[in-house]
Amino acid sequence: MKTARVAYEGDIHHATASHEGVQLENGKSIAEEEVVWLPPIEPKTCFALGLNYFDHASELSFKAPEEPLVFLKGSNTFIGHRGNTKRPDDVTNMHYECELAVVIGKQAKDVPKDNAYDYVAGYTIANDYAFRDYLENYYRPNLKVKNRDDSTPLGPWFVDVDDISDPMNLSLCTYVNGEIVQEGSTKDMIFDVPTLIEYLSSFMTLNPGDLLLTGTPKGTVDTKVGDEVITEIEGLGRLKNTIIE
Amino acid sequence: MPYVRANHSGSLQHTVLEVNLQSSQVKLKEQNVDLEGQIWNPPVSGTVYGTLLNYKGSLEKMGESLNEDPYKRPPQAPVLYIKPANTLIGHQGIVPFPKEEDELEIGASLGIVIGQKATKVSQEDALNYVEGYTVVSDISIPHESVFRPAIKEKARDGFCPVGPWVIEKEAVENVDALDISVYINDEVKQENNTKNLVRSVSELLKDVTEFMTLNKGDVLMIGIPENAPKASNGDHVRIEIENVGTLKHTIAKK
Repeated sequence: MKTARVAYEGDIHHATASHEGVQLENGKSIAEEEVVWLPPIEPKTCFALGLNYFDHASELSFKAPEEPLVFLKGSNTFIGHRGNTKRPDDVTNMHYECELAVVIGKQAKDVPKDNAYDYVAGYTIANDYAFRDYLENYYRPNLKVKNRDDSTPLGPWFVDVDDISDPMNLSLCTYVNGEIVQEGSTKDMIFDVPTLIEYLSSFMTLNPGDLLLTGTPKGTVDTKVGDEVITEIEGLGRLKNTIIE
Repeated sequence: MPYVRANHSGSLQHTVLEVNLQSSQVKLKEQNVDLEGQIWNPPVSGTVYGTLLNYKGSLEKMGESLNEDPYKRPPQAPVLYIKPANTLIGHQGIVPFPKEEDELEIGASLGIVIGQKATKVSQEDALNYVEGYTVVSDISIPHESVFRPAIKEKARDGFCPVGPWVIEKEAVENVDALDISVYINDEVKQENNTKNLVRSVSELLKDVTEFMTLNKGDVLMIGIPENAPKASNGDHVRIEIENVGTLKHTIAKK
């Protein structure tokens, strides 16, 4: 089951997919352009992974980390499908990052990897933009790079855990203005989803609604004002975002 | 007497109290109330942000290393981190002591509680976006390197006692000259003052909201003074911030 949160005619609805686009709880079906898409969940604690694909780590000339490189994100950063993300005037390198986003479904502490999927509610797509000009070598990647307003599109859909038979074998693609610029597979993650849940829950408690952004593969290039960026993950949909001034 | 809002007696609803910080007297509707031994919830609900290296002494302590690998140059913009929801506990709470550790670091910080959505605020207007102030005990497993985010060291359950209350900003005449003291088992272990900040409260709000919005209810910690004291299993910690309040907690193995 795929669900979305959309605003339509002055109300917020939980919508499902239909032929026309989305179907509201009252049965009404409408085109996807006619609703405002919100992030499909309201994330609680959001974890994000740096350098979690072998090819992306080598692309940035880093050796793969021996322990997951985790950072946290605040609520100011999330926007929905078809939203706009601002490119600051002074940046020279702002790139998208197509990422599998995992939503925690029940409280998790000291979970062994074999049971990790019992604690997952489902998945969505994240585009975790980075503004590389602002990188500094303190708690890197620092929040000025990774926690800017409206710079983490999420969606369009929340997809139930049971709908994805193997989350560790999904293709990911990013298109800029219709041209494919990033291709990868979740099978190339350095630390896979069960390992990440085992790792984080070994020293802290994960709670329902917590979100885990699992990193991005190779192929991150600069985007310009006006670019339409679509991040796509097999079985989860296509998340569209536009870069604005 | 200044007003504070607090979540005590286990209630989700705020109570507005009058307090006399000198005499530790707390009044509710003109009646004295005894709040020792009560359950206090954290008085804040938004995202809690910490600020790295915002005391002049903490930068000085890093010395030449700021210009060497892996840092290469001193920090330019404010460096922030997040204390996630699982870390928050209230006044008189118990911080779980990880069994594999010997000591924890007690990071005493003033917490700025945001009163309205703040985006790209000017330094002159910055305090208009503040509801009030609270006391934060930012607990860490001691770590030398600040090159990578310290999630494993800082994001453990109960590693962020906050409280006891949020005091109205009007009660704090000059937020940039407040004494901060840390006591462990009633012995003073650290004293510093917010006049020693790299970025004052209003400068920090300006420089942070330049790149990200702080929402109503969010907390921005101004930073931790250098040489944070250490505490261990069974210790009683007390952090006093002048004109703001006194936060107490203990540390104990589960």
